[in-house]
Amino acid sequence: MATGLTVAVASGKGGTGKTTVSTNLALAAAAAGDEVAYADCDVEEPNGHLFLKPRIDRRRKVYVPVPRVDPEKCTACGTCAEICRFGAIAVVAGQVMTFESMCHGCGGCLLACPVQAIEESGREIGVVEEGSSDGVAFTHGRLNVGEAMSPPLIREVRYAANGPAIIDAPPGTSCPVITAVRGADFVLLVTDPTPFGLHDLRLTLDMVRELGLPHAVVVNRSVPGNRLARDFCLDLGVSLLAEIPDDRRVAAAYSRGETAFGTVPGYREHFAGLWKAVKREAGWR
Amino acid sequence: MKTAVTAGGPGLESRLDPRFGRCSHFVVVDTGTGESRVIDNEVNLNASRGAGIQTAENLSRQGVEAVITGHCGPKAFRVLKAAGIKIYLAGEGTVAQVLEEFKKGLLEEAPGADVDGHWS
Repeated sequence: MATGLTVAVASGKGGTGKTTVSTNLALAAAAAGDEVAYADCDVEEPNGHLFLKPRIDRRRKVYVPVPRVDPEKCTACGTCAEICRFGAIAVVAGQVMTFESMCHGCGGCLLACPVQAIEESGREIGVVEEGSSDGVAFTHGRLNVGEAMSPPLIREVRYAANGPAIIDAPPGTSCPVITAVRGADFVLLVTDPTPFGLHDLRLTLDMVRELGLPHAVVVNRSVPGNRLARDFCLDLGVSLLAEIPDDRRVAAAYSRGETAFGTVPGYREHFAGLWKAVKREAGWR
Repeated sequence: MKTAVTAGGPGLESRLDPRFGRCSHFVVVDTGTGESRVIDNEVNLNASRGAGIQTAENLSRQGVEAVITGHCGPKAFRVLKAAGIKIYLAGEGTVAQVLEEFKKGLLEEAPGADVDGHWS
C-alpha cells in the first residue's frame, strides 16, 4: 500500500538540525499535496511538537513484557538465567531473581523454561501520543525519565505512524537509531559543515550502508565558501541534495518555536526544493 | 569464613579495588584455615551491563560467605543478600591490610547499598 514515501531524518551528531529539517520537510510535503505524517522517534527528548504544535487526541501507555516467575512451579534450574543475554535474571540460593530495568522483553526465558514457570507481565516505559497539525498527522513517543529501554517505544511510534511519514530519528548510530530508520524508504542524513559534524556523518553513513538503505545528505547551516561538506560527499560518493543556508532569522524563529518554512522568507522554497530532491533521489514520482 | 576481597590484582599485596562488580580479581581467604585463592573477574570487568549481578551470582556459586569491598550498588546488594553473603565496606589499603581489619572486627557490615548503580 505504498501511497507515499517514508523518509527517516538522521544524524550521528546531536544538534545538526534533524528536527528543523524533519518538521519543515513535513510541512513542505503537505504543501506539495503529498500524504505525510510526522513521527518523532527521538523519544528521550522529543521536541517536534514545539514547532508543529499538534492537537493531541490519542494517548496510550507502552509496556515491555518482563518475566514473572511462579515460585511454586520454579525448580531453580537456572535455564532462564543462562539464556538471558541481558543479565536480567540471576539464580542464587535456590531462587530466581529478575531485574526488570535490564530486561529487553525478548521473551526468551519464557520459551526456555522447561517447567513453564514464567509468565509475562508489563512494565510501563512511556507513552505514544497522536494528533494532527495543519494537514500533517502527528505522532511522538515520550520515554519515562530514567528509562534505558527506548527501542520498544520507538517501534510503537513507527507502528502508530502507519503510512508515509517523515521520521525524526534520535542522534547516534546505536539501537534506538536503527529501530527508527529500519524499514524507511529513504534516509536523509543531516550534517553541519564542521569537522565534528562530518566525523559523525561518516559513522551514520557506515550505518545506513550496512542496513542497505537508500540515502543522501543535506547540509544544514551552510555558509558560503565552506566546501567541507561538499568535498566530503564527493570523496565518499554520496549525493548531496541541498544546502540549507545559515541565517540568524532561522535561529530566532526556532527560539520562538516557529518553523523556518512558515516564517522566514526564502525557506519555504528551500524545503520545497529539498522535498522535491528527496522524491527524485528516492525514485518516487 | 570464606571471605572475598575486591582487588586490583591477584595477590594479598594487591590494592583493594573499591568497585564490586567491576574489580579485576577477588582474593578469597578462608579466615578459619588461612587458605586463599583468586577468582579472575575480567569477564565482568568488561561486561556491557549487569556486572554487579553476575559477579554476585558467581561468588554465591563459589561458596563465598562474606565480601569486603569499597562500595556496593543496589542490584549487587540484592543478589548478595539473597545469597546470604555478608557485605563489609572498607577504605583504602592492600588486601592483606583490610583482611587484618576485618579479623579485628573493625569493618562494619553494610545495611544496604551505599551507592547507586554505575557509580564509578
